[in-house]
Amino acid sequence: MNPSAGTGAKCEVLFTVNGETKKVLAYPMERLLDVLRNELELTGTKEGCGEGECGSCSVLLDGMLVNSCLVPVGQAKGASIVTIEGLSSHASMHPVREAFLECGGAQCGICTPGMILAAVHLLEKKPEPTLADIREGLAGNLCRCTGYMQIFDAVAWAARRRVAQ
Amino acid sequence: MRSASLQERHIVGASVPRKEGWDKVTGASRYVDDVVLPGMLYGATVRSNVARGKIRKISFDSTVRWNDFVIVTAKDIPGKNCISLILDDQPCLASETVNHPEEPILLLAHTDRHKVQNAVDAVSIEYDPLPPVHTLEESERQSTIIWGADNTFKTFLVEKGDVDAVWKEAPLIVEGEYFTGAQEQLYIENNGVIAAFDPENGITVWGSLQCPYYVHKALMVLCGLPEEKVRVVQMETGGAFGGKEEYPSMIAGHAALLAIKSGRPVKIVYDRMEDMVATTKRHPSRTLHRTAVDKNGKILGGEIEFTIDGGAYATLSSVVLSRGTIHAGGPYYWPSVRIRTKALATNTPPHGAFRGFGAPQSLFAMERHMDRIAQAVGISPVEVRRRNFLKPGQTTTTQQVIREEIDLNHLLDRALELSDYARKKTRFAEENKAGMRKKGIGIAAFLHGAGFTGSGERYLNSLVGVEAGADGSVRVLVSSAEFGQGTNTVLCQIAAEALGLPYESVAIAQPDTTVVPNSGPTVASRTAMIVGKLVQAAAQGIKQTLTTAGLLGDACTPEDFRAACRKYIAARGELKAYARYEAPGDVHWDDEKYQGEAYAAFAWAVYVAEVTVDLTTYAVTVDDFVALQEVGKVLHPVLAKGQITGGVAQAIGFALYEKVVWQNGRMINNQMTNYIMPTSVDLPLIRVFFEELGNVHGAHGAKGIGELPMDGPAPAIVNAVEDAIGVRFHSIPLLPEDLFEGLRLESLEREATSSTRGTA
Repeated sequence: MNPSAGTGAKCEVLFTVNGETKKVLAYPMERLLDVLRNELELTGTKEGCGEGECGSCSVLLDGMLVNSCLVPVGQAKGASIVTIEGLSSHASMHPVREAFLECGGAQCGICTPGMILAAVHLLEKKPEPTLADIREGLAGNLCRCTGYMQIFDAVAWAARRRVAQ
Repeated sequence: MRSASLQERHIVGASVPRKEGWDKVTGASRYVDDVVLPGMLYGATVRSNVARGKIRKISFDSTVRWNDFVIVTAKDIPGKNCISLILDDQPCLASETVNHPEEPILLLAHTDRHKVQNAVDAVSIEYDPLPPVHTLEESERQSTIIWGADNTFKTFLVEKGDVDAVWKEAPLIVEGEYFTGAQEQLYIENNGVIAAFDPENGITVWGSLQCPYYVHKALMVLCGLPEEKVRVVQMETGGAFGGKEEYPSMIAGHAALLAIKSGRPVKIVYDRMEDMVATTKRHPSRTLHRTAVDKNGKILGGEIEFTIDGGAYATLSSVVLSRGTIHAGGPYYWPSVRIRTKALATNTPPHGAFRGFGAPQSLFAMERHMDRIAQAVGISPVEVRRRNFLKPGQTTTTQQVIREEIDLNHLLDRALELSDYARKKTRFAEENKAGMRKKGIGIAAFLHGAGFTGSGERYLNSLVGVEAGADGSVRVLVSSAEFGQGTNTVLCQIAAEALGLPYESVAIAQPDTTVVPNSGPTVASRTAMIVGKLVQAAAQGIKQTLTTAGLLGDACTPEDFRAACRKYIAARGELKAYARYEAPGDVHWDDEKYQGEAYAAFAWAVYVAEVTVDLTTYAVTVDDFVALQEVGKVLHPVLAKGQITGGVAQAIGFALYEKVVWQNGRMINNQMTNYIMPTSVDLPLIRVFFEELGNVHGAHGAKGIGELPMDGPAPAIVNAVEDAIGVRFHSIPLLPEDLFEGLRLESLEREATSSTRGTA
């Protein structure tokens, strides 16, 4: 938690979250992570380290994969944000969730939302990734349970499924 | 849609979908920090900033409006000021003296989580310093006594045969000293709890934890409340690895004290820095080996001294030491041996449970030492293991007879074949003659005991329940927690199989001490084997009840079962069956002599690591990893494989990346930025293979699996490093700077030797 985040004057932030327009009143330096979790109750986005190392708080911001713990909410004004909860609306496009379930890509589940968003981001850039691409694409997301092997399997499985569709 | 495999006849052995998996992949799972209760306060902890001292004065910065805060000190504790576990030596809040940096002294709570964090820095504490102890050597010197009479939490002595008789005649005596460092569990979800209190119902705690009944007991003692006024509920838990075995009792105690004093729900969730600096880690260790061997490399006898750093309080050190002691001799036959072990006190935060629980430490030493013996004798690392492997009918160091038909030579042969060991060994020796990147290959053979040690399971006396509803739905009632390893899934598979029901018809209750019986802690690789067997028995009990009531025949379909449940419940109201642990008759253990059947079953493994040592950057990378193990029946292939790959990855971190840097007993690199765990680009392909031998004591012949993969990778990797560059390393973690320093010392030594020769 950033102790200085709760200071200054609150301001109005308007952005799109999972396809819906949202207006929140927040301190401009408040972390996007906290606004998503506390104001919008989108608790699928997790905090792991609070310093941009673990990627558990990954969300898509205007199509970019970002650590929401490093993004002051003021910077997200006008942006379009996708969190793990937002993937359900286009589930058919992203068989990544099924893939994680099928291949054992989720164990304790705490890194999973961020990991899935990283995988979605990768597959949008590279629909047919090599193993090296997958490793690189997930390098900003730490998983302590799986040793990553089954996450790689899941991303490859999802890529095959997606291409087949 | 995801249930094709469910149509198969056998549910056990099939990779069914993880029970709570869909919630995890959609972000719907509720972890403790995802919950907000009405009127909830946020708690924070004021901690010591000295390693040892007497608290002289606590002062509060006058610029803070302290009236808005709830403040708790040791004086507010209604019961006993301790975290009740084995010995009650650890206070919940330090009152007069502090014994390690980051020891909790005072608690604050406020409605605003930002304000409470800032207020922690506005409390200042003055100390009269006392001399601290920071190393094993200082602790055993006993010139400063910081714990008990002699700084010693626990000692063990294991003796087999007459080891004193072997030294005189021994053709070779091989000595070695080995060290392992502290390791942070680094679950991605930090420790956290919510506590709520009302005088009528008592205290309720929801938390990220492994052992609901450990927390339950600790809260009864701390809050002075009877059993029925303490309720502990496990929330979805984002990784644990032992790090949420004992520590949750501490943070739950803190939240409970704030909730009792304020009368409002209180959440405490640590941030990463606090979690890393203040909570438990793997015990650092030192192991001395002195081994008598014959000319063929066969072990005649030996002495092993294994010492671990327990930190400032006893916590679980005696149990970690026990497991380290029993595993110290590896999977080898020792005609005679003396193993002396001790857990010592230092002024650091207490070290605690972490996957492997002492075994990765003592097995690192054993498996490095085997390579040392091979060199001394002049045989290969493969051959030295082959000549000393335990065989069925022989006894372990604790004189447990190996009754399983385990063939370690077969495991070794298969691992060598899978890793292409022989060809690579020759090829690397040739290729390493040139260039700055040297390749090496190393092996480790090891074992891991499943379940509590010796008479431990008998004391735990675990109880498991299964209940059926009128619609034929079944619910497993256990306090065994899911934290990624697959508890929910595997126990439901076992119950479904026993009842002949589809996997979807079986659910598992959220661990809640008002709902589930005490099936023991979720530790020690005991859940699939011990608790699984009890789930099977309780499920069979349901069937038996229905059969006895004349509602069910021997052969029944799920429809028959549903109809029988409906009739039974209509008549009697409830259908539940329980099963309690019964010790197998042939398991005998002597706690005094530390002799006998230490574990009902061992899992066995041979791992092979291939590495590159870059002599320009001094980095070691693991290029290939073969993990071959015999774990009894594999209940769920995907989950089992995930346990092995995850354990191997953590162990690669233990060997090559993860270094806790200490300064005056405090971890100073308590951030993910400078404590480095393996990322997706750091790991080799981890190739997992199972042999299935079966085991009479576990459900469907399963043994424990969770901890095993933590034991072997580190020695296999360091053996491979030596194979690559011919330099011996005795200590992990082996980071580039350690490799650099080792090579520097080696070259100094070589120069010194050659100049001595020159002058002679």
